[in-house]
Amino acid sequence: MLKKFFSKLYMFVVFGFLYAPILVTIAFSFNSTKSKTSFESFSFRWYEELFRDEWMMEALLNTILVAVISSIVATILGTCAAIGIMNLKKRTRDLVLNLSNIPIINPEIVTGVSLMLLFVFVTKIFNGELGFVTVLLSHIAFSTPYVVLNVMPRLRQLNMNLYEAALDLGCVPAEAFRKVVLPEIFPGISAGFLMAFTFSLDDFVISYFVSGTFQTLPVYIYGLLKKPIPLSINALTALLFLVVISALLLTNMKDICSNIRSGKESKRNK
Amino acid sequence: MKKLSIVIAALFLLCCTLPLYSCGSDENTIVVCNWGQYMSTGSGVDSTEDVIKLFTEKTGIKVKYRTFTTNEDLYSLMKNGSAKYDVIFPSDYMVEKMVDEGMLHKINFENIPNFANIMDEFKNPYYDETNEYTVPYFWGTVGLVYNSKYISEDELNGWDVLWSDKYPNKIMMFNNPRDAFAIALNKLGYSLNTTNEEEIRAAAEELKKQTFDYKMDEFFERLPNEDAYMMPYYAGDYITVKEENEDLAFYIPESGTNIFNDAMCIPVTSEKKDLAEKFINFMLEAEIGLLNVDYVGYSTPNKAVYDLLDEEVKNDGISYPEIKDNWEHFRYLSSDVDDLYRELWISVQSENK
Amino acid sequence: MKSTKPLYPYIVWMVLFTIIPLGLVVYYSFTDRDGNFTFNNFLNITKLTEVYADSLRMAFFATLICLLVAYPFAYIMTKTKVNTQRMMNMLIMLPMWMNFLLRIYSWITLLENNGIINNILVALGFERQTLINTDGAVITVMIYNYLPFMIIPIYNVLSKIENSLIEAGQDLGCNTFEIFRRIIFPLSIPGVITGITMVFVPAASTFVISQRLGRGMMIGDAIEQYYVGNSPDLGTGSMLSLVLMVVIIISMAVVNHLDKDEAGSMLI
Repeated sequence: MLKKFFSKLYMFVVFGFLYAPILVTIAFSFNSTKSKTSFESFSFRWYEELFRDEWMMEALLNTILVAVISSIVATILGTCAAIGIMNLKKRTRDLVLNLSNIPIINPEIVTGVSLMLLFVFVTKIFNGELGFVTVLLSHIAFSTPYVVLNVMPRLRQLNMNLYEAALDLGCVPAEAFRKVVLPEIFPGISAGFLMAFTFSLDDFVISYFVSGTFQTLPVYIYGLLKKPIPLSINALTALLFLVVISALLLTNMKDICSNIRSGKESKRNK
Repeated sequence: MKKLSIVIAALFLLCCTLPLYSCGSDENTIVVCNWGQYMSTGSGVDSTEDVIKLFTEKTGIKVKYRTFTTNEDLYSLMKNGSAKYDVIFPSDYMVEKMVDEGMLHKINFENIPNFANIMDEFKNPYYDETNEYTVPYFWGTVGLVYNSKYISEDELNGWDVLWSDKYPNKIMMFNNPRDAFAIALNKLGYSLNTTNEEEIRAAAEELKKQTFDYKMDEFFERLPNEDAYMMPYYAGDYITVKEENEDLAFYIPESGTNIFNDAMCIPVTSEKKDLAEKFINFMLEAEIGLLNVDYVGYSTPNKAVYDLLDEEVKNDGISYPEIKDNWEHFRYLSSDVDDLYRELWISVQSENK
Repeated sequence: MKSTKPLYPYIVWMVLFTIIPLGLVVYYSFTDRDGNFTFNNFLNITKLTEVYADSLRMAFFATLICLLVAYPFAYIMTKTKVNTQRMMNMLIMLPMWMNFLLRIYSWITLLENNGIINNILVALGFERQTLINTDGAVITVMIYNYLPFMIIPIYNVLSKIENSLIEAGQDLGCNTFEIFRRIIFPLSIPGVITGITMVFVPAASTFVISQRLGRGMMIGDAIEQYYVGNSPDLGTGSMLSLVLMVVIIISMAVVNHLDKDEAGSMLI
């Protein structure tokens, strides 16, 4: 019982650490002045300003669009790659994995500038321009290694005998993969997807250099170096959180209800 | 599997929208690249009108607006050819460098009748002596913003007060090399534009003598909240923080300071020069200029806008001071000096413990 | 499943977006501004050994603390209901959806001299502490930024460990500690190494954080100084990051020796 109490307490503390800054951000989105450190009084001023600010809204839409597409592509690319890598001989496998990890090791600014040089070179040939496509490509490039990194451990734990058994039982390989392998490695894939999405949403250094005339929200915020960041961005964050948290609760509603029900039942049974 | 196919279908649909993006820059769209919050775009600080929207309403020309962080960033983005902007807003010394390297179009001033609004003293500036490439946008000075509750006036003996040992952890400094070195150079009695290695090294040593809190936009928090007592910053921004804390005061040392101009220019990569000129002309209109002044708070070189300002603002001696001879503009130095600045800046920063 | 074909698109991808940019970095590292071969860039950066040492030290502490915090957390997570686990996975990642600079600002609000933590300390009757502009503040924010990337891989492997193994251990008379030491920990090593990679590597090259919350400069900030500016010095900047890469690869190789049966599957 005591052990259970301490594990709950521990979880609580860690989540507290992770969520304290968010609570601060949300709290200050209701501040009536522009201070980010001293709370004056409650107001919706920044929410009003947020909806007036078309540029910020446009930047937000750009950011979400890039994040969604790049993380989906990165997940597919990365998962396929991880499966392929598993089947390589050890030596080649190590080599490929090391190469794959280079974008993670490289400081963001180095990746950003070297990709910029590459894109500038290519776009000059095709008389193109840096913009949405180059941002998208860069985001896929830096987030795919994280997918590989997340799927690999799962694949390594995978019991290949199960797959062979499925084949023996008459499954075609695609079916065996879908029915046996995919469910096993799915947590790795979803973790990879989540990370890819998160990194894309958050990236400003690489986007800054490869975005040309295309502006994402982090780039917009980063542009305010000499000026204070408007609190309407806090309001935006608060709204996004509200949406995501409620979506999360809704999709898990069934589970939560059943948890509560089973909790009640187990009590009754006692 | 169903889910997966839905995802792939969605992905496919999204990819179909890609071409829409790449041709976003059609005939009637210009790209404007400005400092963050340096134009009344309806974002943040105060609810003001979006001048870009007004421009589109009036002329039918669409605008893509993006921001840059420093002159140096703008320069590297342009130099590498990564973006084709139509209107940019670099500062004086960067204009000088860009003109020098042939990166700017000559402006056709026939398309900019509102140029007549510009005050004479801002025409033909040193960075564009025949005024062919630039239209002034804002100007301002650097001064010491201090809290008069903690720092008395007799302590204000030039920039020396920043090196006082009475306020540990309470003194802030620009977090960019050019502005920070300028303070130290002026304190030592050297020109802000010195290319003498000894003098620049001496300035670095001077900066190392004090443990500064090197920050930029924290100015807007720490000064009004009294977490810091003084910091050199831009006059226009002093006016913003003064509204939040009455005790804050502004001081320009006798020894001089830095004065800057930011200008509107058209890069040579622009293919829509006439539209860009329309945009520049629009920014010079009195009411538009006034919206920008209200939003940004810096000093305007535009006579028509100036005339619309409150007497109080005109006479407070901060936004529109009498310009002294020892107030220096930054000049573009040379890449050797830039390298020296960088090397010294890194050593100043890494030893700032 | 047995074929290496699924890897091909990624190989093409890596050549385009990893190897060519890396080639550029190596090329710039050994050329001067006029494109001639030179070793000077390397001499330039020897002045920065202290900055390197500082960055690696901070990244090391951040990684260590992340590991110590994340491991028990991931372990407890695996003991909750399956649905809860899924939800927690999301909840751990969610804070990172807030903008990077906003996260930094929230931490400034918390750590400031008149900030929330100090106000709580004062209310509880303690002395006001200087929290901001310290190495501690920088490490705290690094931990904050990278903790999820330690928890998730560790959780991923822990959740796959079969209960039968643990039961077998119990049957053979192992106590809880021995089960952990002999069964759980060895099996979780791949996840731990992934976690260390994902925390240590970005932490060592981080920038902005130390400028905002600390004093001084980390190697990421120095690289930025070389890459932008009036006369960008891509040579020295590239050399700085190349050396950083080598140092990181060496440290990761050391870590990877822990992973005995699959030595070197992650980095080197």
